[in-house]
Amino acid sequence: MMRFVLTIAALLSTALPALADVKIQEITTPGGTHVWLQEDHSIPFVALELRFRGGVSLEPADKAGATNLMVGLLEEGAGDLNARAFARRLEELAASFGYRAYDDAISISARFLTENQDQSLALLRDSLIAPRFDADAVERVRGQVLSGLKSDETDPDSIAGRAFDKLVYGAHPYGRGRQGTIETVAALTRDDLIKVFKGAFARDRVYVSLVGDITPAQAAKTVDALLADMPEVGAPMAGPAALNLTKGITVVDFDTPQSVVMFAQPGIKRDDPDFFAAFVLDLILGGGSFESRLMHEVREKRGLTYGINTYLLAKDQAQLWAGSVASANEKVAETISVIRDEWQKLRDNGVSEAELRDAKTYLTGSYPLRFDGNGTIANILVGMQMQGWPADYIATRNDRVNAVTLDDVNRVAIRLLDPEALRFVVVGKPVGLDGVSN
Amino acid sequence: MLRRFALSVALTVPAVSAAADDQVTTFRLHNGMDVVVAEDHRAPVVTHMVWYRSGSADEPVGQSGVAHFLEHLLFKGTDTLAPGEFSATVAKNGGTDNAFTSYDYTAYYQRVAADRLDLMMQMESDRMVNLRLDEKDIKTERDVILEERSMRTDSNPSSLFNEQMNAAQYLNHRYGVPVIGWRHEMEELDLSDALGFYRTHYAPNNAILVVAGDVNPDEVRALAEKHYGAIPLNPDLPPRLRPSEPRQTAERRLTFKDARVSQPYISRSYLVPERDSGTQKKAAALELLAEILGGGQTSVLTEKLQFESQSAVYAAAYYNGMSLDSATFNLVMVPAEGVSLQQAEDALDQTLADFMKTGVDAEQLARIKKQLRADEIFARDDVSEIASRYGRALTQGLTIKDVQDWPDILQAVTADDIMAAARDAFDKRQSVTGWLMSDEVTQ
Repeated sequence: MMRFVLTIAALLSTALPALADVKIQEITTPGGTHVWLQEDHSIPFVALELRFRGGVSLEPADKAGATNLMVGLLEEGAGDLNARAFARRLEELAASFGYRAYDDAISISARFLTENQDQSLALLRDSLIAPRFDADAVERVRGQVLSGLKSDETDPDSIAGRAFDKLVYGAHPYGRGRQGTIETVAALTRDDLIKVFKGAFARDRVYVSLVGDITPAQAAKTVDALLADMPEVGAPMAGPAALNLTKGITVVDFDTPQSVVMFAQPGIKRDDPDFFAAFVLDLILGGGSFESRLMHEVREKRGLTYGINTYLLAKDQAQLWAGSVASANEKVAETISVIRDEWQKLRDNGVSEAELRDAKTYLTGSYPLRFDGNGTIANILVGMQMQGWPADYIATRNDRVNAVTLDDVNRVAIRLLDPEALRFVVVGKPVGLDGVSN
Repeated sequence: MLRRFALSVALTVPAVSAAADDQVTTFRLHNGMDVVVAEDHRAPVVTHMVWYRSGSADEPVGQSGVAHFLEHLLFKGTDTLAPGEFSATVAKNGGTDNAFTSYDYTAYYQRVAADRLDLMMQMESDRMVNLRLDEKDIKTERDVILEERSMRTDSNPSSLFNEQMNAAQYLNHRYGVPVIGWRHEMEELDLSDALGFYRTHYAPNNAILVVAGDVNPDEVRALAEKHYGAIPLNPDLPPRLRPSEPRQTAERRLTFKDARVSQPYISRSYLVPERDSGTQKKAAALELLAEILGGGQTSVLTEKLQFESQSAVYAAAYYNGMSLDSATFNLVMVPAEGVSLQQAEDALDQTLADFMKTGVDAEQLARIKKQLRADEIFARDDVSEIASRYGRALTQGLTIKDVQDWPDILQAVTADDIMAAARDAFDKRQSVTGWLMSDEVTQ
């Protein structure tokens, strides 16, 4: 069975490749904004990423969905241009702007050609400084959001996500659903949108990265022009979320052949000294790689699912160790029992030296593969800034992974893995789960 | 269909116009295996892919899903690799791997540090001919694909609806059968079905090697000769004989009801030509027609139905000409609150009729062409996607030259070409119209 092992072991002794040539320049613009830039003049375009910390969690409880709707309206008319004129202008420039609302941030992703950089950025600026929120646009986009919310009501994944958030986060903004509800969205006024707009976009919470065909001087000028007219201070951040996680299974009855399952226990903060050990542990348990224990036990060995994964969810105001899986209604009880067993087994017995070595080789070897395009790199750079990591983090990250010892991982398994706090939310018609337990 | 569980499907983005020919080198091994190399030296990374000119539309009757099933089974063992060892080895080398199946192709890929290309080729060439399967592999992996079908299709009324739309559109051709397979046939797939498909289709003269990233063509050629060149061609490789669609002479309609539908909508498809080697002009006109009608915020359907009459919350048009056999031109309309499906369909048809009278707006066409040119520049940021275009094209009856000619063919399309394509396409007798609705709604 393992005749090939020697060859592979020999290949593994080769050192892993050097990191991609990511040379970050840190600039402070004359206007006072901190910018990370990677110059690359090989393709005549630029990727720009902006993040505004806060996001959906800034909105008041009775205005749930206001941020999502507001963000959806930024490209629906700004400055002198109504929605249709704005869209036409954007197409003429062949630029693309993406606006997204997340729990902890609003992200703006722009891509534009060198040849019309100034015009493209002027248009982007208008959408961030002077969006119109015209009445007809508000109604049109509101209709789209409501249509999506209506579809979500009968979508097992959406039902699971909502039930899970509500159970875990309760009254905290994270518990409300990023898009609000049909009732709250229907009731939003133009003034509500303007209010969340003013709270969301401010210079005290912005992070910027640029990658591509642009010089430091141009980048500084560009960013200042983009942000000069933005207010200094925005709305106060939401406080920490209290987690409601106890052992048990919550069943949401829904007529569908396959049960959708979300599960979680408390997680770990990114700045915790044990974070990297937990990260390695998660990879071995169920994170991303197809070599995880859960993928082997639930899919490869037993054929109970198409896929299962776990992840460390480190939000600004809450940390979870979470996962998801889908299994036929008749098999989901077995799936949950295997997950619980693996959770317990990992805590009791830890991982082996070989598992740790393989996990580290995968994590360190795959890291350079991420830096593979202007847009992707810009995204990574702005994410690093939001985590508070230094620009040289890229060069040291693999050392941090390699510094994790077997003792660290097994100590952290006992510290963090908590089968008594592992909650499952199941949407479907599961067989053999005794109704709503706890 | 991806073998693997993935949160985002990165490698199945719709084809954008090709570009960056200067990055691409192509050649053919003596055993008939085509090789495409796309260079990008910005990062020390390589994507290594093997594409087979066989997909679900090449399956034997009664074995729907076997192409995709086999794709899963290729991650089991060979003479020299234990089951699961392929992916484990990729992971141990810091790489990721996956595979996907469509109507016309099955493809396998790894993304890994550029200096691991030799090992990837060694393993990928090994499983091209040395696969070893047993009954236990079959049983658990069949459960996995049935769960995959449950997740992708049976849990999602829109997917079930699309499956019925395709089945109604193709009377005779296998594009009417879902790639993942019909459940009752998937349940019966066995070892001999999987091995039968494998032995018939997996051979170097039915495959395309695509390597993209920090490599040079000479180095790729040497490695390809060493690993793939050593495999003899299969002299019995069958020709790709596919039943062709009869001329459609009657409009087809269907209504799909499901209690899980909360947002009803309309879908329409027309049978139209695909991109054919040397004659891509019609397909180019259809591609631009889709852009003009429903490609974005300033498109005709969006302007008329979302902005003006406000009868739709969403309306769009799609055409993907990358297909070995006849393609479809698709329209979709999600009615606004208070608008019935009948009213929505009437509004959609009226908009099409008006468009046939007013024709193409010259400024809009110019904007679209400008965007297509810009897409060529943006596309250079993703060399794996450039390389994948060649894999898709070569498995779907096109040549390297066809791929490289395509951007200029698109630019040369005139308003008259587009209206002629629209006149040919929009014949109700060659259409399927479907309504997706909830059980409870009465229209």
